[in-house]
Amino acid sequence: MYYHEKKSILNILSTLIIYGIYYWFVFEKYGSEAMSPEEELQFWGKTLLLVIPIAIAGKIIIHIAFSVTHRIISKEKQPCFEDEREKLIMLKSTRNAFFVFGFGFLGALSAIALGWPLHVMFTWMICAGVMSDVFDNLSQLWFHRKGI
Amino acid sequence: MYSTTCLSSGSTEKEYDMSNHRVTNNIRTLRFHADEMTQQQLADKVGVTRQTIVAIEKGKYSPSLELAFKMSRVFETPLEEVFSFNDKPEKQTHSL
Repeated sequence: MYYHEKKSILNILSTLIIYGIYYWFVFEKYGSEAMSPEEELQFWGKTLLLVIPIAIAGKIIIHIAFSVTHRIISKEKQPCFEDEREKLIMLKSTRNAFFVFGFGFLGALSAIALGWPLHVMFTWMICAGVMSDVFDNLSQLWFHRKGI
Repeated sequence: MYSTTCLSSGSTEKEYDMSNHRVTNNIRTLRFHADEMTQQQLADKVGVTRQTIVAIEKGKYSPSLELAFKMSRVFETPLEEVFSFNDKPEKQTHSL
């Protein structure tokens, strides 16, 4: 298995772990507090803003740990540049991720349109974000393995 | 119509079917004849990663024109001897 394939698998796992733990705490907190609609909007706004630095920091730490252990175990140098194939794979994977997020966003809008509670819309948005990230890496893995 | 002759003189050709056309390449043989050039050496000469050379040899990636020309320059052969194109795919994947 090549470096990029391992990296895609790691990205999927780290996304699921980081977002899973974070949103587990978020939904626990959400369920334990009674909020007015204004407070609820503020709560979800804070939640979505806070997940960005947490995800970035978490992924940086995981990737540093992965690079070090991968270098020690396999003694394989990680590619220091992206060639045309890698860029094409990234572009196609990003396109697939946008499709997934687009459908999720439509789902979130539909939840508002149908008059469902606010947390349903935000849950849709969160799921769309996580799924698009997972789908991005799954696409990369697929293109690396099956060809492009 | 649009078919070019396959390179079949004792070579291992990798081919793939993509969008109803088929591109074959002769890189493995050309590397062998170029003093057993390694995939990494070829990758360094044309400015891509070794994984890309592996993918091209296996027929999993069709290189850009620029990269294809760079490869033909490295092997000092015409482009048609490195890559060929058939519009009538056959089921056989290796021709020796």
